[in-house]
Amino acid sequence: MSRQALDERRLAWLLCAPAVLAMLLVTAYPIGYAVWLSLHRYDLRFPDQQAFVGLANYASVLTSEVWWRSLFNTLLITAGSVAVELLLGFGLALVMHRAVVGRIAVRTASLVPYAIITVVAALGWRFAFDPTTGFVNALLGLDQAWLSERWSAFFVIIATEIWKTTPFVALLLLAGLTLVPVDLIRAARVDGASAWQRLAHITLPLMRPAILVALLFRTLDAFRIFDTVYVQTRGAQDTETLSILAYQTLIARLNLGLGAAVSVLIFVGTILIALVYVRLLGAGVLGRAGRQV
Amino acid sequence: MAEVTLRNIRKAYGDVQVIKGVDLEIKDREFAVFVGPSGCGKSTLLRMIAGLEEITDGELSIGGRRVNDLSPSERGISMVFQTYALYPHMTVRENMGFSLKLAKLPKAEIKQKVDEAARILKLEPLLDRKPKALSGGQRQRVAIGRAIVRNPQVFLFDEPLSNLDAALRVQMRIEIARMHSDFDATMIYVTHDQVEAMTMADKIVVLRDGIVEQVGSPLELYHHPGNRFVASFIGSPTMNFLETEIQAIESGSVTVGLPGGSRIKVPVEGEGHTPGEKVTLGVRPEHMVEGGGADGEIRASVLVVERLGGSTFTHAEVEGNEVITAALEGNSEVKMRDQVLLGIKADTCHLFGSDGIAFKQIERHPLADIARAAPAAH
Repeated sequence: MSRQALDERRLAWLLCAPAVLAMLLVTAYPIGYAVWLSLHRYDLRFPDQQAFVGLANYASVLTSEVWWRSLFNTLLITAGSVAVELLLGFGLALVMHRAVVGRIAVRTASLVPYAIITVVAALGWRFAFDPTTGFVNALLGLDQAWLSERWSAFFVIIATEIWKTTPFVALLLLAGLTLVPVDLIRAARVDGASAWQRLAHITLPLMRPAILVALLFRTLDAFRIFDTVYVQTRGAQDTETLSILAYQTLIARLNLGLGAAVSVLIFVGTILIALVYVRLLGAGVLGRAGRQV
Repeated sequence: MAEVTLRNIRKAYGDVQVIKGVDLEIKDREFAVFVGPSGCGKSTLLRMIAGLEEITDGELSIGGRRVNDLSPSERGISMVFQTYALYPHMTVRENMGFSLKLAKLPKAEIKQKVDEAARILKLEPLLDRKPKALSGGQRQRVAIGRAIVRNPQVFLFDEPLSNLDAALRVQMRIEIARMHSDFDATMIYVTHDQVEAMTMADKIVVLRDGIVEQVGSPLELYHHPGNRFVASFIGSPTMNFLETEIQAIESGSVTVGLPGGSRIKVPVEGEGHTPGEKVTLGVRPEHMVEGGGADGEIRASVLVVERLGGSTFTHAEVEGNEVITAALEGNSEVKMRDQVLLGIKADTCHLFGSDGIAFKQIERHPLADIARAAPAAH
């Protein structure tokens, strides 16, 4: 390698160094510390009994029924909200794509829920479903205590998530939709494809990367859901999610070792989800390179 | 039989009219080319024939059948797009067989038809590739193959060669022309390239601003342009236009002045015009000869000389500061700043009134109605 190339390489590293340092400080250090904590008995109620316990914390988490129930709750919320968001988001994207008049107004209006802070949105929905003062019961003529029963509480939580993040999904899908060349759709019409066939055989396959990106973002987000559940039920009525469980163990019960183990397991879960999607996406991106421009 | 008939076809987006009443008759097995500058509505008109664009008003029939309300796939047409529009996630075979699969043809029949089209277009080695693994010319062939397998009555081409390089364009032009003689199909071809139009068409339709300016065979448009726009659009380099006025009108000729004071007697119908009227004299660059001695002469000083080998494009200034172009012989020795005498034959001249409409020529050019091929026994 020539001297100049070496110099350039050194300069590149120097220029990256501040960012790398910042990343190490705010990301690598906390993760490493969490892993370290998870391998120790560290309960703030008994600060003197700190000791290295190996994988004992993980064993107690994975053998506890609470963990598995929280995992089920989390997956339920994730699957429910992401599936509906994808369907609604796709519909919304189609509307935004086709909108002839007021294009900008339609797009802006549809983004309003996403611009609202999650805690505020969660509170808004909690108030709406309040059994005495909420408008939902009044509107439907019901006398339902929504957040006091497990399944109806799930319904409210999932509905809140859907309401808030569908616009985000729609926007990502809209980006994918605008990338489908109009001539391809025309060619499919000449080939005799009905609207459904055009969607199934042309539009959706070409949108695969956009769909996977939307799914990746949303699944990771939903898997770590905290604020909506915390605001609406605090995990009561058996709606506790993994993040709530980690919070309760760490903050409420002050068991740092056990809580860290839960956090690390959530971290591993998100990495697994990301890996699966990135693998699928990799294939999708390769497939997309096939499109001639 | 697949003649295509347009009766007062109109297209409007809201208040904006883009096709303003087109009447056109394209005969069975004819190769019609829509040509015009960008924005003239030629692609819109083609998409209306294809059924991809709704017809606001008027009547369209293909093979004697009114098709205004039929979907594209019911009209018996195939279309080749400028962008090729191949489905990137399908192989060449799947691309070509897509329409047949949608029509629920048996697998064996689809395979047979795709294989046949691939054989004609020499695509056999590429059938299992995806479009991204093909060159521009190969993609264009696949797009044509996809059109062939449907065995349409009418082929529609929307600027199919614009994305190809010059050499490939010439080659594909010849292939499409051969395809036209091999298939018993009507073809409608859109282009902005007048060379493509001249070389491929039986019938050229010149469009401007959503209106048909003139319809005719290539040589008819070349020798008998109906107006100044068509005269300037067809032919390369562009026709020279000299502003002048009528000096005398006789039976069978109109005499106009030339720059420099001389005059020329143009064999056109002068009825309805008066001496003194402002007119435009049109002369094609290739109809000018060096050294004068023809029916009219113009003296000019040479500004730029472009030597192409076979001919010499000479841009020269005439009296009145107008610049004209003459396509002189390849071995002409003209140089910049030379004074040249350019000769014009009267029967190659065109006269246009102040409204741009051409004066009717007395004699029709003998090749104006020449057919492309000896009539084939169908």
